[in-house]
Amino acid sequence: MKNKYNNIIKNIRLNILNLTFKAKSSHIGSCLSIVEILIALYYGVLKKSDRFILSKGHAALALYVILFEKKFISSRILKTFGSDGTILMNHVSSKVNGVEFSTGSLGHGLPVAVGKALKFKSNNEKNKVFVLISDGEINEGTTWESLLFASHHKLDNLNIIIDFNKIQSMDFVNKVMNIEPLKKKLDSFGCKTYEVNGHSIDQIIKILKIQTQKKPKVLIAHTTKGKGVSFMENNNLWHYKNPNIQELNTAMTEIKKKYA
Amino acid sequence: MRKLFIKKLIENNKNKKSYLIINDLGFSVIEPFKKKFPDRIFNAGVSEQNMMGMAAGIASEKSNVFVYSIGNFSTFRCAEQIRNDIDYHKLPVTIVSVGSGVGYGNLGYTHHALQDYALMRSFPNIQILSPGNNNELIGLLNFIKKDPQPSYLRLDKNEHENIKFKKLVVSPAGIIKLIDGDKKKIILTTGCVQNLAMNIRLRKYKNYSLYSMPIWGMKAKNKAKNIIKKFDEIITIEDHFYDGGFGSWLKECINYTDIKTIIKSKYIRSEVINDVGSKEYLLKKYGPK
Repeated sequence: MKNKYNNIIKNIRLNILNLTFKAKSSHIGSCLSIVEILIALYYGVLKKSDRFILSKGHAALALYVILFEKKFISSRILKTFGSDGTILMNHVSSKVNGVEFSTGSLGHGLPVAVGKALKFKSNNEKNKVFVLISDGEINEGTTWESLLFASHHKLDNLNIIIDFNKIQSMDFVNKVMNIEPLKKKLDSFGCKTYEVNGHSIDQIIKILKIQTQKKPKVLIAHTTKGKGVSFMENNNLWHYKNPNIQELNTAMTEIKKKYA
Repeated sequence: MRKLFIKKLIENNKNKKSYLIINDLGFSVIEPFKKKFPDRIFNAGVSEQNMMGMAAGIASEKSNVFVYSIGNFSTFRCAEQIRNDIDYHKLPVTIVSVGSGVGYGNLGYTHHALQDYALMRSFPNIQILSPGNNNELIGLLNFIKKDPQPSYLRLDKNEHENIKFKKLVVSPAGIIKLIDGDKKKIILTTGCVQNLAMNIRLRKYKNYSLYSMPIWGMKAKNKAKNIIKKFDEIITIEDHFYDGGFGSWLKECINYTDIKTIIKSKYIRSEVINDVGSKEYLLKKYGPK
């Protein structure tokens, strides 16, 4: 059965490929792994009063592209990605309409999200806070400091999504520094943890809509780095490499076919 | 200065817009704030990086935040959070550090704040707020109330005697006269070295006027030029290393200008002070002379 989101998934992935090629930029694999998570957030979860922070700021382009789809930014601005003086920095920038917070150095988004959630909670405001972190950020001390604080203060308005694509910058996560058993660790820190297929938009929406009771929610989204392009999937070369014209054309053909 | 800081913070928080975040520190100091505003104070525990990121998060939601800790913990330990989350986003967070210079003399080098100006003045949006007496502290807190912005408030560990209250309006690179004297030759202090400066003046520079500059930093450099050029000679005194300190900042202000003012600096000897004792002992041995 045809996925009702196929058209948007296709458009976003094609834009990511094209703009990365044009800008000769990196992090294509990191962008492709979070496409469905972003669609779930922007098409099924986020309300106007909610906040979303992309903590893995190197996947900025994926966010810019979905902000274009949601009409926060124009096609004229989107086309400036990679050009001198563009506001579309390669690490996500709050100069861009619709971007909540600038990030780029890992381990920063979650503490900021905790601050926002704390402010809303202490003021009896109903706003919810969503933050998307990478599996590499699990290495950061701030992640665990924040989880301790968030669970102690029962921040059930905080939703943490982990893009668990199993590959960090230099190698597979379990080869760099094993983070398993991740769910057990997160639960033991006082979180309510769920695991989903990070490319199933409906599953992500369903979990993100659950209201936890007095616990921060963590969604471990099992994803594939480079998702959608066979030769980019599960290959950390595409954390860095920029596609050449042949690779771009092959990738575009695959995406068009896969999400027809 | 800690108790006065809390007292003024309470007075200035009638609209409940300010949050106080503590770093598991402040015993017998912060309690009045907690009593008055129990839902506006949080103990971040011993986790400075999360604390500073959280402060940015709260401040990004139309609130003012004061983060309270000891010298190096609220600065060096979380320097990147200050850089990226607070300074980059120009958020109204005031980072408060207690124990300026060798204030925590006996606690050793880990607790001495000797390089904090150097770090904090490297952030383009952060104002350095360094009071030398209670009136200056009150003036600085009113300045921040009126215009919340990224700032670094450096407090003396000791309580200061309540000198006669005089309402001060402080401004970036503005100077305050403490002792009248020569119109062209002055001693200029920042922070809690005013008594020390008075002693040095009596011994060596009897005719010089004594001034303080409680607000400075990268943003204030242009304004400082206009102050500097009024004088022929300025002797700076501070409880910080020369490198990255107040005296070197003042000299940077006149770089590439034709201002001829002679600036000489007195400071804490720039070395790892692997020595403990009272503040007075350490200042006598390593401090400005």
